[in-house]
Amino acid sequence: MAKLILSMDGLVLKEISLTKERTTIGRKPHNDIQIDNLAVSGEHAVIVTILNDSFLEDLGSTNGTLVNGQPIKKHFLQPNDVIELGKYKLKYINEAPKAAGAADFEKTMVLRPGQMPKASPPVAPAPAAPKADGNDVTQKPAPSPVAASAAPAAAPAAAPAPAAAARQGAIQLLSGANAGKELMLVKALTTLGKPGVQVAVITRRPQGFFITHVEGATFPLVNGKALDAQAHPLNDHDMIELAGTKMEFFYK
Amino acid sequence: MSLSDAIEIVGHTDPGMVRSHNEDSIANDTKSGLAILADGMGGYNAGEVASGMATTVLMTELQAALSQHAPFQPDPEGGTEAGTYAARMLREQIAKANHSIYSASQSQPQYSGMGTTLVMAVFYDNKMTVAHIGDSRLYRLRDNQFSQVTRDHSLLQEQIDSGMITPEEAKHSQNKNLVTRALGIDPTVEPEIHDYETRPGDIYLLCSDGLSDMVPDEEIGLTLETLGGNLNLAAQQLVQMANDNGGRDNVSVLLIKILREYPAAKGLFGKFLGWFK
Repeated sequence: MAKLILSMDGLVLKEISLTKERTTIGRKPHNDIQIDNLAVSGEHAVIVTILNDSFLEDLGSTNGTLVNGQPIKKHFLQPNDVIELGKYKLKYINEAPKAAGAADFEKTMVLRPGQMPKASPPVAPAPAAPKADGNDVTQKPAPSPVAASAAPAAAPAAAPAPAAAARQGAIQLLSGANAGKELMLVKALTTLGKPGVQVAVITRRPQGFFITHVEGATFPLVNGKALDAQAHPLNDHDMIELAGTKMEFFYK
Repeated sequence: MSLSDAIEIVGHTDPGMVRSHNEDSIANDTKSGLAILADGMGGYNAGEVASGMATTVLMTELQAALSQHAPFQPDPEGGTEAGTYAARMLREQIAKANHSIYSASQSQPQYSGMGTTLVMAVFYDNKMTVAHIGDSRLYRLRDNQFSQVTRDHSLLQEQIDSGMITPEEAKHSQNKNLVTRALGIDPTVEPEIHDYETRPGDIYLLCSDGLSDMVPDEEIGLTLETLGGNLNLAAQQLVQMANDNGGRDNVSVLLIKILREYPAAKGLFGKFLGWFK
């Protein structure tokens, strides 16, 4: 469940859960989060929450809205973002859902009309009353009466971590016209050879570098031995021979 | 000249690094020019059942339908959306597959609520007709340009379309796994169907979200560019990249390469010419 922590001069004033689809912020009393300070506009900003994502929008306030020190008009809130209105600060906290236990959040689920998960039941949202028009409730999220507030029903924030090869690999050509030339293996895939004659590819993986035959009648040689169709792991100072050119693989 | 000389299709599917089940299902038939990929969902093994039913029903029914009618002919009922018979066939057979999955889920409690995404293509007459439901995708590599052809039926895509979030922000969204359409969850389903021209040299990729969520588009494109000469290796490499990045979901890829033109033999004269090709 996402929440905001309101503070001023480092003093925590209030904690607000983002349970509604629209949470308004402003000086006037009808706002969900009222901040009675003249630097804050009557209707200053709004936070739209859809499932686990929250969006902050400035409503044309006089003094503007800052997120992490930058003025914004519209912003997709990320955990630990700090929203500033005048001297007031709102910290956005979005905890990874833990209530639903064993449920697999990565799993693809169907979002059906009239079935937006409600705030309370985190597991297996019961079908709500069927909507008469059958249209997707998600098309216009803001004015929709059905789109309910955030439910802790989606995935924990885990972006695919790019597999970082620990060490830099490189190839040095030992024969041919470009003998002596060095080639850094920075891309995930580096092809070697002549298209149509003989091509091999070196792939960078978390475990290291691998060479694989791609096309051509003859297979490349590594330390004098011909490769088979499988990927072959490369060790420091391995000698590769393909399309009549010799080269050495080494770690920088 | 038969279609199997003009196009090459390879497929590869893998449970990934985390899941014990593979709920994806793929099927292809070069002779009929068919490639089908489904990503199932539902408890226990119901996802596998749904995606397996989708690929099996569509493959057998479409093989039969294609042998009876030429797909390039105009739709006899004169539909307004897509003009060829192929589009009509796809719509009819998808409705049939939807019905099969839906009935199974209604009659058998262990399959209750199962469903599947779908992306499929049928190749004929230098064209392809693509149908999709949900967030399984079709990409195209043409002249070293890699682009996504289908648009997901997902909450995230709708948020992008309505301008709520940018595609860049979408990469960090937590709502990645919500699809707005799926096969087999309702009595009827509306597939999105379009026709596209194909060119020799094109490479098409059908994939489940296990690939597109784990590997950035640029790296998928780079892989197809560099390994396009060896389709099988390219398919394996894509699955391996998804697994190297965590492999949190099942990964499936189907790669289709257009080797040469494959115009349909139209009329007697066309058939006569076809003999010499």
